[in-house]
Amino acid sequence: MNSERTSVATLSRMALTRRLVERLKHDEAVVAGIGNTNFDLIAAAHRPQNFYMLGSMGLACPIALGVALAQPQRGVIALEGDGSMLMMLGSLATIANMRPANLTIIIWDNGIYQITGKQATATGGVTDIVAVARGAGFPVGEWVRDAAHFDALIDRRFEMGGPVLLAAKIDDQPGQGRQARDPPLIRRRFMEGLGTSRD
Amino acid sequence: MTWSDTLLRTLKDNEVRLVAYVPDNVLTPLINAVAADNYFVSVGATREDEAVGTATGAYLAGLRSAVLMQTSGFALIANALASLVVPYQIPAILVISERGMLGEFNVGQTLVARTMRPTLDALGIVHHTLTDQSTLRFILDSSIKQAFTTQAPTAFILSPLLTGGNPAAHAQLL
Repeated sequence: MNSERTSVATLSRMALTRRLVERLKHDEAVVAGIGNTNFDLIAAAHRPQNFYMLGSMGLACPIALGVALAQPQRGVIALEGDGSMLMMLGSLATIANMRPANLTIIIWDNGIYQITGKQATATGGVTDIVAVARGAGFPVGEWVRDAAHFDALIDRRFEMGGPVLLAAKIDDQPGQGRQARDPPLIRRRFMEGLGTSRD
Repeated sequence: MTWSDTLLRTLKDNEVRLVAYVPDNVLTPLINAVAADNYFVSVGATREDEAVGTATGAYLAGLRSAVLMQTSGFALIANALASLVVPYQIPAILVISERGMLGEFNVGQTLVARTMRPTLDALGIVHHTLTDQSTLRFILDSSIKQAFTTQAPTAFILSPLLTGGNPAAHAQLL
């Protein structure tokens, strides 16, 4: 049990976020959960199609589902930490049942609530988030074995038939970027990036 | 027209196309009508804050949205409203079926219901309590238009005076 998640490499969230962003060529929407997930996305690239949450812990996947349903032709990626994902496990069931083929969820799993003092999360214990996603009905749920595997999974994510959930074991390095903290500006910029701004 | 017909028609007239909900007895005719109508994208969520998140994402990506919930579910969304909907200026359309009064049998519902209007007021969210079919269309249509125009959320509280309340409640009352 759980041999897959314990055999994968421990990777860097910052490095994987950079690799992800480099592979986005079609103005894909990226919705990032709070804290270090956000910080590393900003550090990787402050794209207009990035949406940064400020406090609604757990809502990155539900927000990304809404974006994916509204724009089925656009690739949509949710970046979420393990602690945040554990707060909103039910959304995996909702997403699996809605079956948005254009949605990819990436979980950064370091097994700790890193930003609040490194307390252990359930995924630091016995819980396997990929197994949870598969059990929720995700057609594709994969542990990221190493950086090259991550690249391959990202490149093949539409061929595999979505929605897709990928989970990467990451280290406990803090996020590198500076959080944007102007919500109306974040919204407006994101809507311009998605072509939905009123003016 | 029933209150449900009027609400559905008004959502359509205002191009509100994604409806995220957590089930409720009183809302059943509206939930079923939305699910049966291809105009709408119907999302059954597991929690009300999840539904608020999905409605927010849909709005950002160009699909107007509404969230349907019961009073007790509203009590789960204070953080989503305070950290997402209000500061990001999301014109969320919140439709709340009111329990906890006018023939409530569950004491938990009577207590949680008292947190709803103070929470909405504390966050400065415009809310209307809908009691009467004759003013329903005007309040819904004008307020939805105001929400999208002014980039602000709005809440509609469906009173038992309008809906008849929970059909299962009567048998539970002494």
